[in-house]
Amino acid sequence: MYRYDEFDQAFVEERCRQFRDQVERRLKGDISEDQFKPLRLQNGLYLQLHAYMLRVAVPYGVLSARQLRKLGEIARRFDRGFGHFTTRQNIQFNWIKLEEAPDILDELARVGMHAIQTSGNCIRNTTTDPFAGVAIDEIEDPRVWAEIIRQWSTIHPEFLFLPRKFKIAITGAAEDRAAIAFHDIGIRIVMGKEGRSEFSIYVGGGQGRTPVVASLIRPFLKKEQLLSYLEAILRVYNLHGRRDNLYKSRIKILVKALGIEEFKRQVDEEWEKLDKPSIDLPIEEYERIAAYFEPVNLQAAPIQNEQVTAREKADPAFAAFKRNNVFAHRVPGHVSVAIALKEPGKIPGDASADQMDAVAELAERFGHDEIRVTYSQNLVLPNIALSDLVAVYDGLVAAGLCSANFELISDIIACPGLDYCNLANARAIPIAQDIAKRFGEQKKAEDIGPLRFNISGCINACGHHHSGNIGILGVDKKGTEHYQITLGGSPGDDASIGSILGPSFPAEDLPEAIETIVAIYLEKRENPKESFLATYRRIGKEPFKDALYNPNALNSGGQSDALEEV
Amino acid sequence: MSEYYRGGFLEDTWVYINDDAPVPETGNVIVSLTRWRAGGACFSDLQGQVGVFVEPDDVFHEHTDRLSKLSLVSLSFPKFSDGRGYSQARMLREQLGFEGEIRGRGEILLDQIPLMMRCGIDAFEVCHEPTIAALKSEALPGIMHTYQSPVNDRFGRLRRWRGQIQG
Repeated sequence: MYRYDEFDQAFVEERCRQFRDQVERRLKGDISEDQFKPLRLQNGLYLQLHAYMLRVAVPYGVLSARQLRKLGEIARRFDRGFGHFTTRQNIQFNWIKLEEAPDILDELARVGMHAIQTSGNCIRNTTTDPFAGVAIDEIEDPRVWAEIIRQWSTIHPEFLFLPRKFKIAITGAAEDRAAIAFHDIGIRIVMGKEGRSEFSIYVGGGQGRTPVVASLIRPFLKKEQLLSYLEAILRVYNLHGRRDNLYKSRIKILVKALGIEEFKRQVDEEWEKLDKPSIDLPIEEYERIAAYFEPVNLQAAPIQNEQVTAREKADPAFAAFKRNNVFAHRVPGHVSVAIALKEPGKIPGDASADQMDAVAELAERFGHDEIRVTYSQNLVLPNIALSDLVAVYDGLVAAGLCSANFELISDIIACPGLDYCNLANARAIPIAQDIAKRFGEQKKAEDIGPLRFNISGCINACGHHHSGNIGILGVDKKGTEHYQITLGGSPGDDASIGSILGPSFPAEDLPEAIETIVAIYLEKRENPKESFLATYRRIGKEPFKDALYNPNALNSGGQSDALEEV
Repeated sequence: MSEYYRGGFLEDTWVYINDDAPVPETGNVIVSLTRWRAGGACFSDLQGQVGVFVEPDDVFHEHTDRLSKLSLVSLSFPKFSDGRGYSQARMLREQLGFEGEIRGRGEILLDQIPLMMRCGIDAFEVCHEPTIAALKSEALPGIMHTYQSPVNDRFGRLRRWRGQIQG
């Protein structure tokens, strides 16, 4: 993984000093809260319902053991012993004091970390596939380019006061595990015409109030031209994106207003005029950065391991963990292990300081010192020898991190909701806890199979409900918390936006409604291999709608259409 | 006469002329881009220099050759959060080859000045009192290490990406 050199270290230390000075000026009253806001936001500091929240950047979700330990230390010293991993592959601390924030940034700088541009109207953390570099379906490791984008976008002087926030994701695998279609810019590494890998560039995707699947703007872009092309897109957006209405200021609205063809024309025109050699990365610099991402030197080993097989036979919980949380690795005899931070009843994405230490230790002992944060608010140990799997599992059991529900229904993505966030209409965490408990039984959850379940506490959609197979949106209905259900969203290659099922439910009726939806799926699926999403796409939303809003019609033999017209 | 900041505070010899006011016979004047485009000959009697005032939604697509030879362009920052002027400054410097003074004007805060300088803005009409006080008393709070190639090399020490800047 990338390691800071002297330059990066000096840069981040300068930034810490600058922020300390800004906080002092704020505390002295030299700058108003209004003027401080954009400064603190560009250092990841939000003012929430009860306290300041600090969001720390985990560039493209990659952490070393030392870094994860430092996050644990920060959770202990400056927060209440927890951290919360986010869909941007970052971590946030919810109980921060403003006067301590500069000290936290100093601590982070000691392990090559920071909170730069984790909020504010600027380019945010670039996200990628949590299995980058180890996945068997990978064309090329996207982390090299994610790091290049990180450097290019860091305090890019032209793009710190954009109309709105800006998110980039990149994937290098056949299967998109980075939800690139829901990003302002999505980048996909593809095989080009001459057997060289190139980039496909997508633009204008997003969630929020207006969910949009990104449009393809350039099917093939030479990799060495990436930065100048990004710069052209950003410039057109910076100059022409709307600034009069917060909710219409993302690039997706500009792309929609102009149409993808006209937007592309403007980008190309700007790109033509750019001084590309001063923007694009010199080959030597590419090679310097790429060298950090050389594959870990692993020896191929047998793909069967006696200890693992014996444990599978003897221990159903281990067997379930292996079925759901253990993934093939490009080197035979190795695996990637997903750690679901989704113990039913716990807050999705939360990890305690002790758990962070435990994972860091496992990464050091067995995992070549590398940890990933996933889009789904979980962790991954990407490089584990099959012969160490039992030891890793036992370590996870001891840390209370052995939930065997990775990507099952109880692996819920949720925003912090009304428990923390001052934008939320409704709580998200208790709903997630309740649903996860209801579907906590392993056999039942596995029978339901892969199902993306997302909860957002408000229309800003931080829980990405639009892209959930089942999505829940918290709404305010005459002062009470209600929940709207959408079905059929998907963040992957077949990206789609969920469709609203009908009127919202009060919190107490929601779990029952979810049970009904799942029951309809189990009844209607053609075979146990047909996923929830596939079944939904085949049969549409009517059967689910009828079961929820017209139960009598269903009981009387499927005459729902006739009854609905009455 | 008012002051503006360019490395230090200097007396300002330029005067903004509204579109409905007559252009004086002497002195350095700054007029809107629209008026300048339309004006042509009406500035020929002026015993002084002409500068242009650019709004955030103005586009540089006409008379770019003449524009690039002016001695001053003033960019507007109606709010500190409006970042269009940063792009306009780079376009002036890099695409039009503009070598005159680029001024930032409007709601400009201390921490933004180093960023604006990196985009090619080299003079500032600052109205925010704490920013003025800070500029008078201490060094700019900028970051010397930059990952991008600066337009204006006097502030950043360049990333090895291109490496021609001295600190």
